[in-house]
Amino acid sequence: MDPVIWFFLLGVIAGLFRSELRLPPAVYDLLSVLLLLTIGLKGGVELARQPLGGVLPQAGAVLAMGFVLPLFIFPIARYLGRFKRPDAASLAAHYGSVSVATYAVAVAYLGTKAVSFDPQLPVFLVMLEIPALIVGILFARGIEKGTRWGTLAHELFLGKSIVLLVGGLAIGWLAGPEGMVSLEPLFFDLFKGVLALFLLEMGLIAASQAKSLREHGLFLVAFGVLMPVPLACVGALLGWSLGLSVGGTTLLATLAGSASYIAAPAAMRIAVPDANPTLSLTGSLGVTFPFNIFIGIPLYLSIAHWLHKAGS
Amino acid sequence: MQPNNRKLLTVITESVLEQMLCDELIELGANGYTVVNARGRGSRMIREAGWSSDSNIRIEVICEENTADRIIKHLRERYYENYAMILYIADIAVLRPEKF
Repeated sequence: MDPVIWFFLLGVIAGLFRSELRLPPAVYDLLSVLLLLTIGLKGGVELARQPLGGVLPQAGAVLAMGFVLPLFIFPIARYLGRFKRPDAASLAAHYGSVSVATYAVAVAYLGTKAVSFDPQLPVFLVMLEIPALIVGILFARGIEKGTRWGTLAHELFLGKSIVLLVGGLAIGWLAGPEGMVSLEPLFFDLFKGVLALFLLEMGLIAASQAKSLREHGLFLVAFGVLMPVPLACVGALLGWSLGLSVGGTTLLATLAGSASYIAAPAAMRIAVPDANPTLSLTGSLGVTFPFNIFIGIPLYLSIAHWLHKAGS
Repeated sequence: MQPNNRKLLTVITESVLEQMLCDELIELGANGYTVVNARGRGSRMIREAGWSSDSNIRIEVICEENTADRIIKHLRERYYENYAMILYIADIAVLRPEKF
């Protein structure tokens, strides 16, 4: 097991026992900025090594998956989970969208297993963040007059993660491998350390969800644990059929199986105010994120290996 | 009203609303505002300041009474039902009334 996820566990334990441990908010912000830029830059540098032509149709297919996944999640939450309409829509948006932290852990995990992955994965990460949020909003309220689409579009497309990922991709692509050499110590060499600190804070935040987890009960736990695997299988199948490597297939599966906890909560809070914000957040952060980093990611790697063996 | 008397309107609410609220305050006639991060406990339980999705802000606006009434009416109609929001108002004296 990759040592970085022990930092998550440390955070959870410290949080559950109400330790005074706490990273200053500005530090947490800086860590997330570093992670997002690193992921973008890394992808940009790798993309600079090859022609871009093949990436566009793949990105289109991944974008389509982003719109389709929440269509499966919503009815499960609404009719199986008996959640109110806005809550089910919000869950669909959270689980259809992606978690950058989960992606980063998967990248670190592939690193320890010495599995390489395709350079276009950060592009897919960008593609998958927004579609589910749009579908979720439409499920919650349809196209009605009161929706402040202007504010919402601003929130969606100029959110921190999109700006930094796209910016990092562009800078990495423009600079190319040689240009990035001087920046490597900060962004690439420190990646694991930054991720470890980030996960420590994530653990503290996840532990703070424990109370609402008890309130929302068993279905939310079951939903949070059972939902990622079928979603990840869709991602794995798509990755395999697009001809991605084993590592790329694993990462696309991880993206499909992960649940957003930064972009989705903010967007849903503005667009669907009558959805209970703690419900989705507890599911994605308190249940699905830990599930994915401890069990999901190794499982998705096995699925990717299996697909590639069965398909060849 | 004496020329130096103004209302101090304080709003404690979810930080996700910051940009929207601040734009609306100006539209409703406020000349300015001050925003600080906040944390505390209320009917929606403890809200931490550490993390963006779960943090609070406190917005202070100094304005004339009719502007304050307009803002209060707007906030009640638009946000009270679904958002964590505390609103209170105080009489204050300002030293440079032309600013507010």
